[in-house]
Amino acid sequence: MNKLVLISGGSTLVFSVLAVVMGVLPGVELSRIPPGVGVQPLTALQAEGRDIYVANGCSYCHTQQVRPLPQDKVFGRPSAPGDFTYQTPELLGSERTGPDLTSIGERQPSTVWHFIHLYNPRAVVPQSIMPAFEWMFQVVDQPPAGVMPIALPKIYAPARGVVVPTHAADALVAYLLALKQPALPGGEGGAPAFSGDAKPAGSGDANPAGSSASSSAPAFSSAAVGGYDAAKGEALFVSTCAPCHQANAEGLPGAFPPLKGDAVVNDSDATRHIRIVLHGLQGARVGGVVYTSPMPPFAGTLSDSDVANIMNYERSSWGNHGAPASAEQVAAERAKSQ
Amino acid sequence: MQMTATAQRSAMARHDEPALTSVFVAYTVSATVWLLFSTAVGVLMAYKFGAPDFGPGAWLTFGRLRPIHTNDTFFGWASVALIGLAYYVATRSSRAPLYSVKLAWVGLVLFNIAALAGTIALDLGYNNGNLEYREWPWPIRLIFLAALGLTAWNLIGTVARRSTDDVYLSNWYIIGGVLWTCILSLVAILPWYQYGLGQVSVSGFFMHNAVGMWFTPLTLGVFYYALPKLLNRPIYSYALGVFAFWTNLVFYPIIGAHHFLFSPLPWWLQTTAIVFSVAMLIPVWGGSSNFLLTMRGRMGDMTHSFPLMFIFVGVVGYLIGSTQGTFEAFRSLQEVWHLTNFTVGHSHLTMYGFITFAIWGGLYTLVPLATGKEPSHLGLMLHFWMALVGSFIYVISLSVGGTIQGLDWEHGLPFIQSVADMQSYWIWRGVGGSLMLLSHVVFAWNVWRMTHGASAPSVADGSASAEPAPT
Repeated sequence: MNKLVLISGGSTLVFSVLAVVMGVLPGVELSRIPPGVGVQPLTALQAEGRDIYVANGCSYCHTQQVRPLPQDKVFGRPSAPGDFTYQTPELLGSERTGPDLTSIGERQPSTVWHFIHLYNPRAVVPQSIMPAFEWMFQVVDQPPAGVMPIALPKIYAPARGVVVPTHAADALVAYLLALKQPALPGGEGGAPAFSGDAKPAGSGDANPAGSSASSSAPAFSSAAVGGYDAAKGEALFVSTCAPCHQANAEGLPGAFPPLKGDAVVNDSDATRHIRIVLHGLQGARVGGVVYTSPMPPFAGTLSDSDVANIMNYERSSWGNHGAPASAEQVAAERAKSQ
Repeated sequence: MQMTATAQRSAMARHDEPALTSVFVAYTVSATVWLLFSTAVGVLMAYKFGAPDFGPGAWLTFGRLRPIHTNDTFFGWASVALIGLAYYVATRSSRAPLYSVKLAWVGLVLFNIAALAGTIALDLGYNNGNLEYREWPWPIRLIFLAALGLTAWNLIGTVARRSTDDVYLSNWYIIGGVLWTCILSLVAILPWYQYGLGQVSVSGFFMHNAVGMWFTPLTLGVFYYALPKLLNRPIYSYALGVFAFWTNLVFYPIIGAHHFLFSPLPWWLQTTAIVFSVAMLIPVWGGSSNFLLTMRGRMGDMTHSFPLMFIFVGVVGYLIGSTQGTFEAFRSLQEVWHLTNFTVGHSHLTMYGFITFAIWGGLYTLVPLATGKEPSHLGLMLHFWMALVGSFIYVISLSVGGTIQGLDWEHGLPFIQSVADMQSYWIWRGVGGSLMLLSHVVFAWNVWRMTHGASAPSVADGSASAEPAPT
């Protein structure tokens, strides 16, 4: 009997001590870490979205930890202890079958893109193997007032009706957009842009995906250029084009081509630009890169003047200097294809 | 030490008590059902990697199936199977009756209630934070903990009533493993030190210990009993087994943080984990060489004993899987492998190549002794080879693919390229997984033969045959 007590009691005592030293005490200590500068608790809607993220096991494929390694620079600056103060349960994850989401709210700030992507990821990223979360959406004949139907590519859209997000999708996207990395103190200046690219290891612009989202918002101040509705053009661009081409028009490397400095957008003849917006495009070579993801045609959803407004916004922003296009030109091109 | 094979033989000369046999059989059958279920879920998930739109809807979405697969493998299959084996080994090696047959049954019911409730909860989206092996809502984990506590009580009571002088080595590992896991489960449930990064450190501690302080000791306990029984010779070195017991106990709980290398966890915690990951080579190599030396000169026996082959694969799986774990803990290799599918390959090499093969070896050795019924030779052969080849394909494809994945990231390719590059490896993983599932169907048939089939005359009346495999 004594030997049994020694073995079971003794070994359990050793294990208990180790459990306290290696499990509980680090837990106590690290649970007290104060939030980093700018780290905010989630709003009620964002917290609800986080619960949906957990319920559907998103973190089995998406990490939320940026390592101090070169290959992680695309996901932001290295994670700091203060980033996790409000993150219970922790969602650091152990597999990166999909990309890290630490700063997805910065890297992909478009609600529309997230809705499309959640509804069916392959609609925006053809090679994606992420599950579709169609059950977080509804197909309705008419969208409720104030709700934008989701602009799905035709092959993913339902045969009739339009797709609108449910509350679950709204909450989940609100959470995803809240995933941002505040600048670490000690970075340069008080600029809102995070200073991750100022980290010691250079090669800053090796992958623009990280830096594009963080660069300060494009200057929308030059409103009264030419004879078009700049505000409307900007709004349409943000909701319709920015999901893929990004708000700063730098595109997503490997997925969506940039419009900034693009030859078609800067051409003195707007015809090709009009055709692309009306009819879509796939497999084009831009800047030496072939883009395989399809751009949907907008002829069915945008009026002539809308197309002209978007185009003129694109042709006069981010340093672009393309000749302006008119609604008449768009109408003429549209007529040609019918 | 005096627990020689001869002593065991005389112990075996008596009929096993029917109550113990029915407990052992019930745990085995229950575990087999969970194995079939969780593997079927695994194969469905593997299919989704190639056909992500297959099985749409919330109930079949990948992120809900993934914890169902791991938790049911963990709690439903391996835990229940090992506890069934533990009851048998503790009772037989102590040459005493089972302390409480009733408690064993209550435990089995509770384990199954927990696994069933956990599965349903996860599928409904009640997931406790995607924390590995503790996804079940805490009340369900409390049910598991209660069942585990009953089991510990029952096992200690059994060994306390032993008619042998010594506590046989198997029971060190078995009782230790059950008691440590009670502590561990409690540490994992209590919330007060689990906020933010604090919870990360607890996750590292728990997910690692839940494998190495639970499955490993129970499995080693089964090795220490089944191997001498199969070979009809004592274990090579009792002292080496004791040495491995204490070193495993001291080193293993320290290394959990190696699951979070390069994370914001304190650097010293990560470095300590790496250092002791290397120290783990001592108990791992000590233990596996003890088993291999017990088999010295008798490797040829495997040609006519499938139970021995299963155990041999389990020992080699322990050696290779654990050694791989040590190497994975190095920062230089983690840079490439961390967060890739290589990790999934590693977890299958250990949970399958080591734990699951060892359980099978233990069951094929001991269930026929308890019931007097044998599986068919064909069934054993089909099970062994499909499981072995399937797991080879599985582990190799994910190890190669995971390495490519990690290198893609290092080379700064667009992320989606690492997904595209994995496609063919995921297909091979599915092929391996399907073979594994098929082998489990055969295993279920074998279990049926061993528990409800016709009695085999060769081992009837406990004729002290230490070689249960038909030749």
